[in-house]
Amino acid sequence: MSLSRRQRLRLARGGVYSATVAALVLILLAVDWGALGGALFKWSIVRDQFPDILTTALRNTVIFTIFGFIGGLSLGLLLAIMRLSSVKPYRWFAATYIEVLRGIPLLVTLLILGFGIPIATGWQWPNPYIQGSVPLALVAAAYIAETVRAGIEAVPRGQMEAARSLGMSYTRAMATIIIPQAFRVIVPPLTNEFVLLIKDTSLISVLGVTASTLDLARFGRNGVNDTANATPLVVAGLVYLALTVPLTQLAAWMERRSKAGRR
Amino acid sequence: MTDALVRIEALHKRFGANHVLRGIDLAVARGEVVCIIGPSGSGKSTLLRCVNMLETPSEGKVYVDGVELTDPDCDLDRARTSTGMVFQSFNLFAHMSVMDNITIALRKVLKQDRATAEAKATKLLTRVGLAEKAASYPAQLSGGQQQRVAIARALAMEPKVMLFDEATSALDPELVGDVLRVMRELAEEGMTMLVVTHEMDFARGVADRVVFMDAGVVVEDGHPDQVIGNPREERTRRFLTNVRDRD
Repeated sequence: MSLSRRQRLRLARGGVYSATVAALVLILLAVDWGALGGALFKWSIVRDQFPDILTTALRNTVIFTIFGFIGGLSLGLLLAIMRLSSVKPYRWFAATYIEVLRGIPLLVTLLILGFGIPIATGWQWPNPYIQGSVPLALVAAAYIAETVRAGIEAVPRGQMEAARSLGMSYTRAMATIIIPQAFRVIVPPLTNEFVLLIKDTSLISVLGVTASTLDLARFGRNGVNDTANATPLVVAGLVYLALTVPLTQLAAWMERRSKAGRR
Repeated sequence: MTDALVRIEALHKRFGANHVLRGIDLAVARGEVVCIIGPSGSGKSTLLRCVNMLETPSEGKVYVDGVELTDPDCDLDRARTSTGMVFQSFNLFAHMSVMDNITIALRKVLKQDRATAEAKATKLLTRVGLAEKAASYPAQLSGGQQQRVAIARALAMEPKVMLFDEATSALDPELVGDVLRVMRELAEEGMTMLVVTHEMDFARGVADRVVFMDAGVVVEDGHPDQVIGNPREERTRRFLTNVRDRD
């Protein structure tokens, strides 16, 4: 055997390629497509999902996401500024908060805050939207804080110095000079954060739901129970994609544009 | 000494173990133009940054227009409005138009209304030769244009003293002239200026006094013709020889 390096590479690539094609052909032949289609995407059931999947489930998912994001962004901004503060206790608090809430699965945090707190204190969450959105926002804040911090650190030091030299207070300089420039950098990663949040809302239903507070995922699961068919979950998945794909594409486009703009 | 606009007394600055300023005494009279020259690392920029407290001195006192900035009770935000600073890297606000760069502090700090602030900005832009650039963004300007906007931005606050921190060091050689011309005009109008610079011709032609710093101390302080033309100290002479060899 005296194959050159390039020949060997070409051979290996050809091997992988033909194995992939063979596997696909096998799947195509082995699967009973009619039965699969009937179990995963049955038209009569697809039709039955509407309009409730949009008017109730999608609406609730969007409400949880938006509440979670607004809360997460506000608190995240505060945490990022604390993290960069010259006051040590602020830094410690923010660092601990971020570390703890990123280190615990959202599901566990949801259960602790949604159930644990009422059991421990006797205090009741005023309504299911708040009960679901607040833990979501608290966790999102930890992730968003790190994104915002990176954005603030990307703004050159001289911007703050110039602002202070003109007599602006630290707070005013942050608000009018630093944060607006940081946001230009972090809008794409924040959009991705938003997409993660859309998907994370699917966990909120562990806190229990009523017919009016069903989110997309729970709506799909209930549909599966009602119909003994997986179609409702597939439809729910497609509705999620209809939300997330445009947003991730938007984020990618903004990222490309800001890179092009900097050149 | 009593009518000194800027007075620096026994100033020390340490960055950890690094003792950058080792007892500086300096006074700048109203209307005086003082150029600070010296090798890099001599502490001249740090000294300038102590005058508006962008760096907090480790010891010593700084007075501007009778206000002690090193007093812990001093309202620094307010005190800084009497000093204007021009940076080596311009530091224009990248997300704002030239007009907004100049008016933002007028509006937010001095609480002027937009029309008043913009009228003033237009006047200053005309003066630095950039009236037609009001709507441009910093990234669309050359370095020399950016620096002239930065000067206009500082002047808008009507500071008592202007601090220039190597204002032309980051510029392409052909753009230096425009910025120096603006600085020269400012000096001729009677502005009090403290200028850290490597431009020996500017120092010699414009300054009332030249201060030579090395290793955190003032080595020589006098008339430009004396300090640059006929330095008393060996260290000054060596520095000036090096600078001339480089040119």
